Amino acid sequence: MTAGRERAAFLAGGTEILNWMRLGIAAPDRVIDITRVEELRFIRADGDRISVGALSTLNEIGEHAVVVRDCPVLAQACLKAASAQIRNSATVGGNILQKARCAYFRVEGDPPWPCNKRQPGSGCAALSGENRHHAIFGWSEACVATQPSDPAVALAALDAEIHVRGSNGARVIPAYEFHRLPGDDPGRDNVLEPGALITHSDIPRASDARRSFYLKVRERESYEYATVSVAAVVNGKAGRITAARIALGSVAHKPWRLTVAEKAMAGARLDAREIDAALAPAFADARPLAHNAFKIELARRAAVRALLEAGAVQ
Amino acid sequence: MHVDGKRVNACLTLAAAVDGRAVTTIEGLARSGDLQPVQQAFIDHDALQCGYCTPGQIMSAVACIREGHARTREQIREWMSGNICRCSAYPQIVVAVEDAAQRGG
Repeated sequence: MTAGRERAAFLAGGTEILNWMRLGIAAPDRVIDITRVEELRFIRADGDRISVGALSTLNEIGEHAVVVRDCPVLAQACLKAASAQIRNSATVGGNILQKARCAYFRVEGDPPWPCNKRQPGSGCAALSGENRHHAIFGWSEACVATQPSDPAVALAALDAEIHVRGSNGARVIPAYEFHRLPGDDPGRDNVLEPGALITHSDIPRASDARRSFYLKVRERESYEYATVSVAAVVNGKAGRITAARIALGSVAHKPWRLTVAEKAMAGARLDAREIDAALAPAFADARPLAHNAFKIELARRAAVRALLEAGAVQ
Repeated sequence: MHVDGKRVNACLTLAAAVDGRAVTTIEGLARSGDLQPVQQAFIDHDALQCGYCTPGQIMSAVACIREGHARTREQIREWMSGNICRCSAYPQIVVAVEDAAQRGG
């Protein structure tokens, strides 16, 4: 997080910003510890929404009985992130503010190669370098990195709203519009203004959110970032999908909603073949890099599986 | 280490941020010379080689058991993940945590 005063920063769980400071990604001259602002640490289920304070930890959300029951996709995404110890510190607000895991970006000291996130205008080493873990959607010549947050993918699929407060007052940002594509300004990961703070997220308690699932595909089954991930929410009746919401993670600079496929999904039978057919148009505009064409097929198959799992929840 | 009873990574925690909170490290686990059951289980099951990761493993295991996340070997492996052992003493670590959990950790 970036506080309003120039070069000041907010500290919540600290599991991300301390790494930025160690690597030289951030060099704040003041660090403002907000962990004791108890008003930002809550999980409330009020009627038609679940409200989650920004300082709630990933373990608190992942093991909260109402979240587990009413929007399992979010609980699963939280518990599949990081490790048990990190999840005791890491807050959901901080988690969605984390930066790319691109190895060219996360180098200690001045990068010996181009990186537009670190040195605007220097170029992107990953574009022609090792880009197995990089974007297949929405990337630009300036940056091919992906957003690694697991909870952000679930919040995008759940149509959550992120509430922020800054010197210009409070505003509400749809979760799937919170992060931004790199364009020619990849230094900005999201639309949060300098000095603003996430206060909480509201998740609509839609009946279909119970039928939801988070599938995280990774090279190691635990304590690893996603190669691709899928958050799926399914509304169904008599073996058919009436409505679905699908977001992919680790494929773009933001959680990637498959809105075209969501429309095509309505009326499809809840079986692998019909779901896959409905997904096809959403993958038509995927653009692989030299080493990551496999992610297109992987993401599509993962999406089929996540939708089947979500649809099978009783 | 434990902060207010919860396990966190010491390397990602600023000392100033835990001012006034209860911090327990491996040194604070044994009571009047008696080893905590997880410490004894690590000795009994030879759950270490070089010993570098052991304080973190034990602190994590004590909390893991208290949280109720040490009921099966599979659950222990998942909830202890993040504590890396480069000597790869994982099989013995899992057995030690399971044993301590069964004795009431």
